[in-house]
Amino acid sequence: MEKERHVLVIFPHPDDEAFGVSGTIATYIEMGVPVTYACLTLGEMGRNLGNPPFANRETLPMIRKKELQASADAMGLTDLRMMGLRDKTVEFEDDEKMVKLVADLIEELNPSLIISFYPGLSVHPDHDATGRAVVEAIRRMSESERPKLYTIAFDNKTVEVIGHPDVHHDVSGVTEKKLGAMNAHASQTVWMMEDMQKRLDAEDADALRWLKTEHFYTYTF
Amino acid sequence: MELVQRDQLQSLIDSFAGKDVYIHLETTNGSYAAHFQEGFFNAGAFIRNIVVNYELGKVAGDSPHRIGLKLPSGWIYAQGITHYELDEHGRLLMAGLGPDGKLAVSLEISETPFTY
Ligand SMILES: [Zn+2]
Repeated sequence: MEKERHVLVIFPHPDDEAFGVSGTIATYIEMGVPVTYACLTLGEMGRNLGNPPFANRETLPMIRKKELQASADAMGLTDLRMMGLRDKTVEFEDDEKMVKLVADLIEELNPSLIISFYPGLSVHPDHDATGRAVVEAIRRMSESERPKLYTIAFDNKTVEVIGHPDVHHDVSGVTEKKLGAMNAHASQTVWMMEDMQKRLDAEDADALRWLKTEHFYTYTF
Repeated sequence: MELVQRDQLQSLIDSFAGKDVYIHLETTNGSYAAHFQEGFFNAGAFIRNIVVNYELGKVAGDSPHRIGLKLPSGWIYAQGITHYELDEHGRLLMAGLGPDGKLAVSLEISETPFTY
């Protein structure tokens, strides 16, 4: 992984960072690269409350806020921004307000790399809306000043539309931190992680690949 | 939240009748439903912090229950309610949780606004 001036990660939900980016974040931090994670919502509309329930609609945001902080701690991330939007409403916010939110972060932090979702191929409407705002904010910058943009895409038609990822990060040095970030979001990941831990213990090749490598699509303007 | 005890829930709903109350009502299949099951027709609705004053509220059916609120010139109802609680802020929170622990419907009634 190349050294960066500053990395800005922008996702709408606590746990968006955990599955495919936490190893990258932790590795940059170990390299001494400043990393900022702007998380737009607290996942207020998450459906997983358990049965019997461990939370209700009104207590879930506070639980997820603590989990997000614990995930940041696991990755060694100190600049965590919670942006105060509401889950599932990002696409309905004023488009210019969203672009400004991103532009203000770029102006303040002067990142050389931004990581977000690929608009249109990220399944959840909040993911696509976040990616759209990020792309538009960067597009409006002069070409020479634009940071690089790495994106995550996981729509079922992704490979058909944009092929395979072109950026591959070896994060094998921070696997404990990555698992720490995943486990921090227990309210959302506990079932997935039980299965994942079994596969890792059995040295399942796909699970090990997931743990040790992360992949991105460079967004071109 | 606890499993609905019908008589208790009915008296809680009665206690909010005739007052200006804030409503949260939501139905959802989750944003990933069509991702995991191609062709799934994903529909849902969400409304929060709308003030109403209902004259009559009823718990109907066996579990999962249906809850109906009769307004001076309209209606609110939710079906699939399995769990409820009166929280420490005096808000009546009701939800329909599937066997997988996922929320499918929620109806909440409060004399004070819900957070954003
Ligand atoms: Zn998400």
